[in-house]
Amino acid sequence: MASTNIYDNFVTSLTQSIHNGLYSSMSPTWALITELAIIGFVFLMFYALVGLFLVYAERKVCAFMQNRVGPNRVGKYGIFQTIADFIKLLMKELVVIKNSDKLLFTLAPFIIIIASFMAVAAIPFAKGLHAIDFDIGILYVIAVSSLGVVGVLLAGWSSNNKYSLIGAMRSGAQIISYELSVGMSLLTIVILAGTMQFSEIVQGQEFGWFIFKGHIPAVIAFLIFLIASTAETNRGPFDLAEAESELTAGFHTEYSGIKFAFFFLAEYMNMFLVASIGATIFLGGWMPFHVSGWIGFNQVMDYIPPTFWYLGKTGFIIFLMMWFKWTFPRLRIDQLLTLEWKYLLPINLFNILLMAFIVLMGWHF
Amino acid sequence: MKEVIHTPVPSVEEEEYHINMGPQHPSTHGVLRLVVSLQGEIVKNLKPHCGYIHRGMEKMCEKDTYPQIIHLTDRMDYLSAHINNHAVCLLVENALQIEVPERVKYIRTIMDELCRIQSHQLWWASFGMDLGGLTCFFYGLRDREKILDIWEETTGARFLQSYYTPGGLMWDIHPDFQKNVKAFIKYFRKKIRDYEKILSGNVIFTERSRNIGLMTKEEAISYGVTGPSGRGSGWSCDIRKHHPYALYDKVEFKEILYHEGDTLARYMVRMDEMYESMHIIEQLIDNIPEGDFSAKMKAVIKLPAGEYYQRVESARGDLGIYCISDGNKTPYRMKFRTPSFSNLSVLDHISRDLKIADLVAIGGSLDLVIPDIDR
Amino acid sequence: MDLEKLKERVLTLVPEAEFEENKQFLTFFLPAGKLHATALRLKEDTDTAFDYLFCQSGTDMVKYLMVVYHLESTSLGHSLVMKVKTEDRETPAFDTVCDIWRTAEFHEREIYDLLGIRFTNHPDLRRIFLDENWAGHPLRKDYQDEVNIVEF
Repeated sequence: MASTNIYDNFVTSLTQSIHNGLYSSMSPTWALITELAIIGFVFLMFYALVGLFLVYAERKVCAFMQNRVGPNRVGKYGIFQTIADFIKLLMKELVVIKNSDKLLFTLAPFIIIIASFMAVAAIPFAKGLHAIDFDIGILYVIAVSSLGVVGVLLAGWSSNNKYSLIGAMRSGAQIISYELSVGMSLLTIVILAGTMQFSEIVQGQEFGWFIFKGHIPAVIAFLIFLIASTAETNRGPFDLAEAESELTAGFHTEYSGIKFAFFFLAEYMNMFLVASIGATIFLGGWMPFHVSGWIGFNQVMDYIPPTFWYLGKTGFIIFLMMWFKWTFPRLRIDQLLTLEWKYLLPINLFNILLMAFIVLMGWHF
Repeated sequence: MKEVIHTPVPSVEEEEYHINMGPQHPSTHGVLRLVVSLQGEIVKNLKPHCGYIHRGMEKMCEKDTYPQIIHLTDRMDYLSAHINNHAVCLLVENALQIEVPERVKYIRTIMDELCRIQSHQLWWASFGMDLGGLTCFFYGLRDREKILDIWEETTGARFLQSYYTPGGLMWDIHPDFQKNVKAFIKYFRKKIRDYEKILSGNVIFTERSRNIGLMTKEEAISYGVTGPSGRGSGWSCDIRKHHPYALYDKVEFKEILYHEGDTLARYMVRMDEMYESMHIIEQLIDNIPEGDFSAKMKAVIKLPAGEYYQRVESARGDLGIYCISDGNKTPYRMKFRTPSFSNLSVLDHISRDLKIADLVAIGGSLDLVIPDIDR
Repeated sequence: MDLEKLKERVLTLVPEAEFEENKQFLTFFLPAGKLHATALRLKEDTDTAFDYLFCQSGTDMVKYLMVVYHLESTSLGHSLVMKVKTEDRETPAFDTVCDIWRTAEFHEREIYDLLGIRFTNHPDLRRIFLDENWAGHPLRKDYQDEVNIVEF
C-alpha cells in the first residue's frame, strides 16, 4: 500500500506538461532532440552548481575542523569564493608539457568528467525525477563510475612525470580493488531489495530504510560502502593518488587551468555521486522517514519535499566523508590493499551470505 | 660560461629509476633535495644534496664579533633560536669565566624550554601533515602562536629573537611574562590532549609509524643522531643531563627514552618532552629571583687565545660550537656542529627498502631543519 | 677514566702524541699516518670506548691545515680531542674515519668542500654544500672572493 505523497504529482505533472507541450508543438523527432538538449542542459547546470557548492562546503567544513574561518571575502560568508576561483581557473594558461603525450594528456580530464557525468543520469532525485530509470540501475552506476580510473591512469601516464605516474599507478590499484567492495556492499542490499532498479529500491524503503530493515548485515554493508567509496573517490585518508606530502599532487601535478578544474570538479562530483548512491540504497533516497503505523507522523514527514530528503541524506554522507578526510592521516599503499583484500572483501562475502540467509529466513523487518 | 653541473646520481640498476624529492617538495620542509632511487615504490637508496641555503656562516663568523655572531645563530636552526643563542653566550661566558646572575639563568632556562615546546609543536604539526593528517598542522600552529605572542612581548620578535647577549639578556622580561607563561601552560596542558587524540591514538597513524625506520642504539651513536631522534633509539644523549648548563642541574626532569628505535618511538619522545618542558617551566616560573638581567661586560669582548667547545641541547639534539680564538674580538675559526646535519646522514641508511610514504614519515620523524644542515 | 689515565693510555697507543694545553678536554696531535689505527683502537678498546664522534672539524691554521676530532664515550662518559695536521696545502689528505664513526662521512665531505682536505678511502667524497665546479675552498684563510666577501 503506497501512501500518496503530495509532491509526487507535482514532479510528474511538471515533466509531463513539458513533454506534452513539446510534442504538440513540433514533430516527434525534434521534440525528442529538444528534450534531450533540455535534460543535458539541466544536468550540466546541476553538475556545475553541485561542484561549486561542494568545493565551498568542503572549505567551510575543513575550516571549521581546523579552527579557521574559511573563505569569507568574496560575498557574504565567502559564498562566491568558488565562483571567483572558477573564473580564475578559466583564465589561467594551459601549460603544455614537453614530451608529454598531447592527445592523452588532453583527453584524460574529459574521460574523468564524462564518467562521473554519466553516472548522475541514473540517480533519482525524487519520484519520477531522474533522467533514466534502468532496471539494472546499480550495475550501470558501478560500471560507469569505474570508468574514471582510465582517466586517472591516462593523466598520470601522459604527463611524462614520475610523480604523476606513481600516483596514477597507486590510483589504478586502489580503485580497481575498492570497486569490488563497493559493488559487493551494494549487492548485499540488492539481495534484500530483490531489484537493481533505483526507483523500486527507493519504493521498497517506504516503511523503513534498508539500513534499518536489513539490520546487522545492512549496517555492515553500509560501513563497508562508506570506507570503500571514500577510497574509490580518492579522498583522504585514501588520497594516495594525490598524496601531496609524498607526490606533490600525484596524477594531476602537470595540469593547469581548466583541465585541472575538471579533475577538481570530478573529484567532488564523484563524492556527490557515491554519497547519492549510498543515500539511495541505504538511507531511502528521496523517501521521507516513515514509521509503519504512525500515520500522523508519516504525514508530517511527507510535507518535507522528497528532494530535500534526498539532498539531506546525501549531504550527511558527504559530511561524513569530509570528516574522514580532515581527521585521519593517510594510509600507505600496502596497508590500503591489505585493508581491502584481507579485511573488507572477506567480511563482505560473508556479509552477503548472512544477508541471503536472513532474507531466506525472513528475519528482516 | 658556466658548465653543465653534473651531480652524481645513485647507481641505477635494472628496473630502478630515480626521482628528485626537492629542492621544492612539500615534505622536505625546506630546500633539501633527496635523489631517491626507486624500484616501483620501494626506496633502494637515496642521496641527500644540501647546500641550497648554505650561507657560509662559519666564514662570516670569522669577520664578526661575538655579540654579532649571536644574531647569525638565530638563522641556523630557526626553531631553536633561543637555544642557539644560548650556546654562543655560554661559550663566551665560560671562556671569560663570567658568572651570570641567577635571574638570567632562570629566564634563559624558561625561554629555552618554551623554545623546545614550540619547536616540537611545529614538528608535530608538520609531521601530521607529512602523514596526511592536515588538521594537525593547524592545531600545532594555533598553540605555537601563543608562545610566539609571549616572546613578542618580551623580546620584540616572534621568530628570530636574538634575546640573549654574552653575560645576560638584551633586556628584562615583560611584566606580564610570568602571568602569560602560566596561562599558556594551563592552556597547553589541555590542548596537548587533543594532539594525542588526533594523532597518537589513531590506528592509521600507529600502523604507519610502528617498525618503520628502525635505528638501533649503536647506529644512532655511530651516525651521531642526537636529540629526540637518538633518544627514540634508547641512547641517553641529553646534554641537559650529561653536561648541564644554566639551571638544568637544579630542576627536576626526566630524560625521555624509548628503546624501539622506530618512527613511533621518535614521535613519542617528542610528545613526552613537551610535558617535561612544561614541568621544568612550572618549577621555575614562580621563583624567578630579583636582580640584574645582565652581568657587567666589557664593551669589546675578546676571548683569550685558545680553543673552546660548548654543547647545548637544542630541540633537535646536540648542538656544539667549536671556537678557536687568537685573542682578537673576532674568532679565528668557528665551527657549528649542528644536530640536523648528523641526523640527516642516517636517513639513507634507515629508509632503504621501505616505501616512499615511509621515507616521508622517517624524514618527518628526524625533524630536519634545513638551515641547520646548510648553515 | 680520569684525564691522567687517559693520557697514559693515549701515550701507549701513540708514543709520538703531542699534548696541548686545554682546560676542557685532553687534546693531542698525532701523526697523520697513525690516525686510522689509533681511532680504531680508541673506539674498540673497552677501557676507552670512544664510540661517539660528536664533532669533526677542519681548520686552516695558515702554517698548517688540521682536522680536529672531538670524541666521547657514551658508556664511560669521558671525552678527548684528537688532532692531525699537514703542511701540504696543495693536496692535503688524511685517512677517513667514516668506517669507524659513520657520522664522519658527512663531516668529511664538509671539510673537503670548505677546506679542500681529501680523505682517502672515503666512499663518496664530493662537495656537500657548494657547486661541483666551485673554485677554491672558502674556509681557507687565503680564499679570495671579491663578489661575496666584503672587506672592511
